[in-house]
Amino acid sequence: MSIPHLLVHDKEDNVGVVVVEGLTAGTDMLCVVTEDNSSFNLAAKADVPIGHKVALTDLSAGDTAIKYGQDIGKMVGSAEKGGHVHTQNLKTKRW
Amino acid sequence: MNTETFFGYRRENGRVGVRNHVAILPVDDISNAAVEAVANNIKGTLALPHAYGRLQFGEDLDLHFRTIIGTGANPNVAAVIVIGIEPSWTQKIADGIAETGKPVAAFSIEQNGDLKTIMDASRKAKEFVHWASEKQREECDISELWISTKCGESDTTTGLGSCPTVGNMYDKLLPKGIYGVFGETSEITGAEHLCKARAIDDDVAERWYAMWKAYQDDVIFAHQTDDLSDSQPTKGNILGGLTTIEEKALGNLEKIGRTSKFIDILEPAEAPKKGNGLYFMDSSSAAAECVTLMAAGGYVIHTFPTGQGNVVGNPIVPVVKITANPRTVRTMSEHVDVDVSGILRREMTIDQAGDSLIEMIARTANGRLTAAEALGHREFVMTKLYRSA
Repeated sequence: MSIPHLLVHDKEDNVGVVVVEGLTAGTDMLCVVTEDNSSFNLAAKADVPIGHKVALTDLSAGDTAIKYGQDIGKMVGSAEKGGHVHTQNLKTKRW
Repeated sequence: MNTETFFGYRRENGRVGVRNHVAILPVDDISNAAVEAVANNIKGTLALPHAYGRLQFGEDLDLHFRTIIGTGANPNVAAVIVIGIEPSWTQKIADGIAETGKPVAAFSIEQNGDLKTIMDASRKAKEFVHWASEKQREECDISELWISTKCGESDTTTGLGSCPTVGNMYDKLLPKGIYGVFGETSEITGAEHLCKARAIDDDVAERWYAMWKAYQDDVIFAHQTDDLSDSQPTKGNILGGLTTIEEKALGNLEKIGRTSKFIDILEPAEAPKKGNGLYFMDSSSAAAECVTLMAAGGYVIHTFPTGQGNVVGNPIVPVVKITANPRTVRTMSEHVDVDVSGILRREMTIDQAGDSLIEMIARTANGRLTAAEALGHREFVMTKLYRSA
């Protein structure tokens, strides 16, 4: 298998993690779900640093971000499919 | 390589250490100068200066004693010199360490002064060094290891790679009979439902949950000035791509693997009492504090997954660093003991990564210095619960 650009923990997840350095907008990303080794392709909509998250579907304010198949917080802004998800649009529900 | 056995130091109480330190332990902050002078006089000793030990009381004082005594009692320590300002607490600590059967000597400074104390303690330290340096390693079963874990400068790669690597190691070694421990109370927030479900029974689950909730209510909500978004996750975590405490906690919990349940909850620096298995220690998520507490609990090797590159070490316990982040491997290779970045490229399975960690644990137990040891990281940081009297 080729080296993936993006890894997703669980099939339920709506965000994935960039695992290569220097990812640029427009890249046709190879995405692998670690749970079952299934793969899909997704176009990156932004330059996203290694380790940062990408939306796997269009997300809007109020949506719950899902990673590891679990709730990791609420969207406080929107992210288009392939866009960057981080502190600018995602916040904890805890404190 | 053989990972079924290793060569360690059998101590008087039957426990096995992987290092052979002669520790010079201060009871209190004002004894640090004497401790450092003794360690400077006598080569092969290890000074453990720290910031506390005066006017502490109640639970905080209990934790201070437990941490100092536990550090001296750790099987990685062959013999101990204890130096304090006055004789009472100094002797209390020496007596606590002496329960292990190892050589301990106590010295107090009042009515002696630093210079006489340093001379007397140096003579005894020299005796201890000669004695300890003749100790031989003997072959021990891998099940005799006590292995702790705590991650640091986490990022999203820790949850994908380095934490599951530690989890795989625990899935393989806990059934062989090792002792394990994890902690980081605040950093389970967001995964508390999953953590609670990993307790061995309802009693342990409820006690764990009450402990986790108490930290939320009594410490976080009592002391926060804003929210905790600038501290948990840390700025380093955020640079690495972690956005929320929930996300960080879910990655953190990957360290305990898939199959083991934790059998009891430990107070900070408390030694386990229910036999071999996995424990949870109520502890800070700050790296040096947490490793110090686990070392005081009697653990002899620490496994430390990192994403962005935490550089922490401990004076008495080798800290094995594991990272899956290829950028950290590229920019900070001198801090990395086990490179599992192949997991992200799908070139290495979690099972293979776990095996490579077990191999590094065996090599470390046999005497290989970790990156942190070679670089001189000796962070000995006591946890303090509240202001002194």
